[in-house]
Amino acid sequence: MNLEEYKGVYVFAQQVDNEISSIAFELLGKAKDLAKDLSTDVTAVLIGSDVKGLADQLAEYGADKVIVVDDPELKDYRTEPYAHALSSVINKYKPEIMLVGATAIGRDLGPRVSARVATGLTADCTVLEIGDFPLQAVPGQEQLHNQLLMTRPAFGGNTIATIACPYNRPQMATVRAGVMQKIEPIKGAKAVVEEFNPGFTPDNKYVEILDIVKSVVETVDIMDAKILVSGGRGVGSPENFKILEDLAAVLGGTVSCSRAVVDSGWKPKDLQVGQTGKTVRPNVYFAIGISGAIQHVAGMEESDIIVAINKDADAPIFDVADYGVVGDLNKIVPKLTEALKAEIAAAK
Amino acid sequence: MKIVVCIKQVPDTKGGVKFNPDGTLDRGAMLTIMNPDDKAGLEAALRLKDQYGAEVTVVTMGLPKAEEVLREALAMGADNGILVTDRVLGGADTWATSTTVAGAIRNLEYDLIITGRQAIDGDTAQVGPQISEHLDIPVISYAQDIKVEGDSVIVERQYEDRYHVVKAKMPCLITALSELNEPRYMTPGGIFDAYKKELTVWGRADLKDVDDANLGLKGSPTKIAKASDKVRKGAGEKVTLDPDESVSYIVDKLKVKHVI
Repeated sequence: MNLEEYKGVYVFAQQVDNEISSIAFELLGKAKDLAKDLSTDVTAVLIGSDVKGLADQLAEYGADKVIVVDDPELKDYRTEPYAHALSSVINKYKPEIMLVGATAIGRDLGPRVSARVATGLTADCTVLEIGDFPLQAVPGQEQLHNQLLMTRPAFGGNTIATIACPYNRPQMATVRAGVMQKIEPIKGAKAVVEEFNPGFTPDNKYVEILDIVKSVVETVDIMDAKILVSGGRGVGSPENFKILEDLAAVLGGTVSCSRAVVDSGWKPKDLQVGQTGKTVRPNVYFAIGISGAIQHVAGMEESDIIVAINKDADAPIFDVADYGVVGDLNKIVPKLTEALKAEIAAAK
Repeated sequence: MKIVVCIKQVPDTKGGVKFNPDGTLDRGAMLTIMNPDDKAGLEAALRLKDQYGAEVTVVTMGLPKAEEVLREALAMGADNGILVTDRVLGGADTWATSTTVAGAIRNLEYDLIITGRQAIDGDTAQVGPQISEHLDIPVISYAQDIKVEGDSVIVERQYEDRYHVVKAKMPCLITALSELNEPRYMTPGGIFDAYKKELTVWGRADLKDVDDANLGLKGSPTKIAKASDKVRKGAGEKVTLDPDESVSYIVDKLKVKHVI
């Protein structure tokens, strides 16, 4: 493998139902930073059926070039045709860096592609930067420059590791949604669009999609919310989430929840914050009746202000809360809603 | 039907996380368990065995101590256990791990391979899909339901806002979510039998069609540049007041921070 041949920062521009996923724009934002440090450009890889029209949007969010792989076999996500598409792009264009969202699609596609093109893949990164490997010069070992340094939490968020892929290309990472910043879109920006079709011949690895069942609940994406009122098992029942919804309504916020609530069937999975749910960082995060398991904390600790209400004074949520209140949520939350309502009315 | 289930022994981070006085992780004090997603995968295999009849073989790669999770799997109802252990396999990343496990599975007959979605120590969710790539079979990740129909499996594959009902010809690999089921307990008789049963132990020499260059620390494309225990943001204030005072306290703080 001649590492010098590999150039450019590439992003897998995930789309679902021919709508570009937010993660693709986030990755483009980060890719632009990395490309600047490497004096190279940013390429988005757009894979799907009838998706060429989406290329302009990718340009507005920072893509200099868009490679479009468009084929009817790519209509809905299936591992094999998508893995074939992305690995064919990698083999032909030889990117130095390939970023993929750590979504339910990316965490399936990424490993399959990395194994196919025989390179390393670092999962669920939260920080990406360009630097040296090893970080400090070690006698007898060549220190390589301009390497992608990929930082990720492990051990349920208890440890942090920085990982490099010094001797293989591309350097591949999946990146957690909600962590990287999109750029302010540049209206009217255009990218160089190139179409590429490696050919798709169904074989034993092509699965058949018999049905697609969409979640019927139409909810605001909790990752976009500025204020989240999040409930845990301590809320007691699905009906009692009403008091959280009232509080959220007063503040113009959104309700989210812990894994225990989803596991109990009280709320849908797309409202779940945490390691196996979504990573959020709102301006204010209310943790109400949430004990604060490490897996939950990993998904919300970057919030600007954390307010916790829990009757258990020893609950681990108080270890990350800026303002912790020990007490009965059933007594406090409705009164808090009323008090805030009065404050907001008085301020008008 | 022959089912291979891949399992991993992991430190128990759920509830059992122990910290040193300086806030770093005390690994020595933590217990080990069978990785929860893997256990759900094993349970799914055992249910298929109950329903359709199957031979279930569990495979783990790890230190000799990982024998413990194989015994647990046998006590739950698995038929055979294989421990892949060798000094040269140590320090493997997901690429080298999946290469190793695929090398072991090539010795076996299988219709279905089930792995957990991800292990709670690494959280990568990579090894399952990578094994399927090395074995050139289809993968269905994030399974929330598994059925067998003739020579195919029908699986509900979970996404963030939907699921796909997917049909694949066997052999294929499925990665299981811990939400898939509630794993059964070991039975006393099962535990007794599990300790009498002979486990198969394989080393480097037993791996099929595997290049030394792809194994262990040396064969891992990803290299750790730095690892540290996470320094958490310290705790803020904690107050115990009556409900009215609690409300005033929160309202004041939100005012100070210009939220309202």
